[in-house]
Amino acid sequence: MTSMSDLFSILIMQGFNGLSSFCVLLLMALGLAIIFGQMGVINMAHGEFLTIGAYTTFVLSEVSQRWAHWMQGSYFIVAVAVSFVIAAAVGLLVEHLMIRHLYRRPLDTLLATWGLSLIMQQIFRSTFGAKEVSATLPDWLMGSVQPTPTIDIPINGLLMMGLTLLMTMIVFIGLFKTRWGVWVRATTQNRIMAGAAGINTRKIDRYAFGLGCGLAGMAGAAFTTIGSTGPTSGSMYIVDTFLVVVFGGAQSLIGCIASAFSIAQAQSTAEFFLTGSTAKVLTLLTVIVILMLRPQGLFSIRVRR
Amino acid sequence: MGSSWQARLTKVTSNKELTSFLILAALLLVVFPLSMGIFRLNLVGKYLTYAFVAMGLVISWGYGGILSLGQGVFFGLGGYCMAMFLKLEASDPVATAIQSTPGIPDFMDWNQLTALPFFWVPFKSLALSLIAVPLVPALLALLVGVAMFKRRVGGVYFAIITQAIAAILSILIIGQQGYTGGVNGITDLKTMHGWDIRTDSAKYVLYFVNAFLLLGAALVTTGMLKSKLGRLLVAMRDKEDRVRFSGYDVANLKTFAFVFAAVLSALGGAMFTLQVGFMSPSFVGIVPSIEMVICAAVGGRDSVLGAVYGTLIVNFGKTFFSERFPELWLFLIGALFIAVVLVFPNGLAGLNREGIRKSWSGARKRILGLRDRWRRSSSSDAMPPAVKQDVKEAMR
Amino acid sequence: MGNRQYTYRSKLFSALSAACALGIATAAVAADYPTAKVNTTGLAVTDTEVTVGQLHSATGTMAISETGSIQAERLAIDQINASGGILGRKIKIIQEDGASDWPTFAEKAKKLLISDKVATVFGCWTSASRKAVLPVFEKENGLLYYPTFYEGLEQSKNVFYTGQEATQQILAGLDWLVKEKKAKTFFLIGSDYIWPRTSNKIARKHIENVLKGTVVGEEYYPLGHTQFGSLINKIKLKKPDAIYAIVVGGSNVSFYKQLKAAGVTSAKQTLLTISVTEDELLGIGGENMVGFYAAMKYFQSLDNPNNKKFVEAFKAKYGAKSVIGDVTQAGYLGPWLWKAAVEKAGSFDVDKVVAASPNIELKTAPEGYVKLHPNHHLWSKLRIGQVELNGQFKVLYESGLIEPNPFPKGYQ
Repeated sequence: MTSMSDLFSILIMQGFNGLSSFCVLLLMALGLAIIFGQMGVINMAHGEFLTIGAYTTFVLSEVSQRWAHWMQGSYFIVAVAVSFVIAAAVGLLVEHLMIRHLYRRPLDTLLATWGLSLIMQQIFRSTFGAKEVSATLPDWLMGSVQPTPTIDIPINGLLMMGLTLLMTMIVFIGLFKTRWGVWVRATTQNRIMAGAAGINTRKIDRYAFGLGCGLAGMAGAAFTTIGSTGPTSGSMYIVDTFLVVVFGGAQSLIGCIASAFSIAQAQSTAEFFLTGSTAKVLTLLTVIVILMLRPQGLFSIRVRR
Repeated sequence: MGSSWQARLTKVTSNKELTSFLILAALLLVVFPLSMGIFRLNLVGKYLTYAFVAMGLVISWGYGGILSLGQGVFFGLGGYCMAMFLKLEASDPVATAIQSTPGIPDFMDWNQLTALPFFWVPFKSLALSLIAVPLVPALLALLVGVAMFKRRVGGVYFAIITQAIAAILSILIIGQQGYTGGVNGITDLKTMHGWDIRTDSAKYVLYFVNAFLLLGAALVTTGMLKSKLGRLLVAMRDKEDRVRFSGYDVANLKTFAFVFAAVLSALGGAMFTLQVGFMSPSFVGIVPSIEMVICAAVGGRDSVLGAVYGTLIVNFGKTFFSERFPELWLFLIGALFIAVVLVFPNGLAGLNREGIRKSWSGARKRILGLRDRWRRSSSSDAMPPAVKQDVKEAMR
Repeated sequence: MGNRQYTYRSKLFSALSAACALGIATAAVAADYPTAKVNTTGLAVTDTEVTVGQLHSATGTMAISETGSIQAERLAIDQINASGGILGRKIKIIQEDGASDWPTFAEKAKKLLISDKVATVFGCWTSASRKAVLPVFEKENGLLYYPTFYEGLEQSKNVFYTGQEATQQILAGLDWLVKEKKAKTFFLIGSDYIWPRTSNKIARKHIENVLKGTVVGEEYYPLGHTQFGSLINKIKLKKPDAIYAIVVGGSNVSFYKQLKAAGVTSAKQTLLTISVTEDELLGIGGENMVGFYAAMKYFQSLDNPNNKKFVEAFKAKYGAKSVIGDVTQAGYLGPWLWKAAVEKAGSFDVDKVVAASPNIELKTAPEGYVKLHPNHHLWSKLRIGQVELNGQFKVLYESGLIEPNPFPKGYQ
């Protein structure tokens, strides 16, 4: 039978589980919070940028298996960085070819990026095949830490937390402590005035979009430790991601964090006491009902429009 | 009344519109049936059921300015209402004698249900089912619409919330398989009041019923758009605040457009069930909902008849290319999404209105414009055209 | 290279000719079977050719799973053509893409049967796609060979099920768990749709009524779910002797990776799944599942001469890195079963092929001997395989031939 100490261990692990789902949601949402929240672009291809990161990790894992055995244990760290660079580069290209013509038509960005996501999925399928692939993850990453014999803390969860912290810091420092951040925020809040004040809003848009996509790629690399890598893997995350951003109040990064936290905790608690499907429906329903009562989301910036 | 009908018709439709309407009618009622076998015709019938959804989107998106990414929900609900009736008729005690509980649908029996759930009972009656087809989706749309538009949720938020509703409903239907048939949907539908809907003759009849319904819907929709209501919708799309300040309740207008679109989608769903012979949760999800948006966009988002052509072209393209170049298909449809947004924002209707040559030169201008802007932005300028445009508008 | 291929082929065909001596003999004399006689219902059969359809998802979310079936069916058809075809006629394939979309499956099935008049169709993977095309096949009196293991509860004159139905895959596996692993308490897990739910229902009845064990938990998660932390904690709380898992698709990968990361490995926990084949392992990674068990009728590592030839031929055609799962092998059986039935009937007419089908045997099947039951399912064995690091299974147990029973009494 289960003893009190067992129950306590489960409680600890369940708490950790809530935290790591929070990190997963936040990792997915951070990039979108910039692209959608700050720039108003509905990027339906966000999931595919996650997939870019996942495939990058896979390719690097194959490379390290075949030619560079010395980096088998450490390639993953490299992969996270490379994923950022590749996804950001693709993001810049996409922005250049497509998005920049659509800044004033948010609903149209939705259609165009949906088309983009279909094209990207087919590119993945043609390149890597329709079947799922699996990056060989270093053993140290897939184990668990055992502070007591009954408590297992997954290391990939810890990694996810570290990465979330890092990325959130980058975004926050970038947005709130640098000149560039001031420009971005100025552009978000009033594009015309920002332009009149001499800010090159075009450039700001381009780099903000690139940064958002890069963050998605990084998240995608991290997700290879907890999820699948296939042509359509990214699309599994897209609804949740948008909900997190909208629920938080699209333009507020604090809101995004708060919303990821509350959705993750609600879901993880509900999952523990109910069954998985019911928990999912209940969480989504609650989010929608709250959004109907408070359409601006949890946090919103007061701006006169 | 009888004589004023014609007068009204000519009043609500200008001559040009009447001509295009008659061309469409001739296409659907004469050309297609004469030029195709029943297999292809049934396929066209299936596409036309999507046209109901696209037409609804023209109203809610093209005119009302509210883009719903969850129209599949209403299509699905309408389809399920019809399917529930047909399934009950197909599961009479004789046909289901081998089940542990004869007389209930087979999937309920597999899931140990021993009695018909209460919400299935009304669907024993054809009349009630036919009422439920538009009513259930309309009520849901009303609920969602009132809740959101009264609080001025709009644009992007609305799109994402409707998307989440679609996700919830499909998870619910798939999870509650004892009550809904789960991921397989409601299949193996046979007769409607004893009339076998699977025969070729029934398929012909259903095709024509569907075509007439669609043409009727097009008339009603065009008429509605010509009325004061329609003009208010347009005004609201273009300058929402002015309409509000003029004393109109914008929320009510939007709710109306949304409910209208929902009812149209539901009709399409019911006709789909009848013609294809099953209904499944794969229509309720996000992917079909967005595909229907693209149909409306290809046809021209503010053109009622364009929606029909757009749906036909997208779906013919899908069938054609996926049969011959399955690898290329996703590239093509993806490119179509992008092209329709970047180069032909008014879709086919735009081509028709502006004349092929003019709109082609428009498209060329747009392409050249893109190229110019591309060149200029490469040699970074301080105030790109987008901002200039913004400033111009702000000064106005 | 070409030479080696030739020798293996000729070896293969000498083995095949043992089983289908009749078939090979007739192949040489196509003129004995005039088209007017072997095709009285207007199918697409000419003096030299017979057209068949192939209907799977080449695109969309299901393409991950269905690719293997497409390849195996093509391989079988190529081999049949190389050995002289059927009744002296070469098989021509029309491939259609169901695009992971059930109405598209129905549409393409109609096209194959009505426009193309194909003699038979090899296809479908998910139950939903099969349910969508079933009325079409019944109305047009077509023929479908369906390769996937599935929940049962179905039997159609027009469909032959070459995978296992639920009882074949479940009962013997549970018996093994109880006998070999002394399992008394079970935790049932599934993706939330009909196959896992029906299978777990059968499993629960068997555990409670026959094996006198207890089910300590039963949980379902939506398709595509990616966070299994809460579930894993519940498993830790309940401490079952065995986990019985039927998670599918992308969720599979998340589930096993997170299980491993949470310290639930084969060293501490027994887990038996009926939803992981070599194909899925490719995405999960052998290292993330090593030591867990799967219950299937076929594993790529099966040690018999038929299978050696099959694996060799498959790799020669699709590359040395390709893997073969249970459904892929079942897909391979379809064309051979059809060939045997057509040759027994001496006709391509659907009714005659259906009538000739019961009790047809295939001694050359990679899984070993199979026989077609009058209820259109196959007699087959169940094997338990243990996951190895390299993404293959080590076969630990093999049952006797199990009779298919799509409508099991006492399990519904």
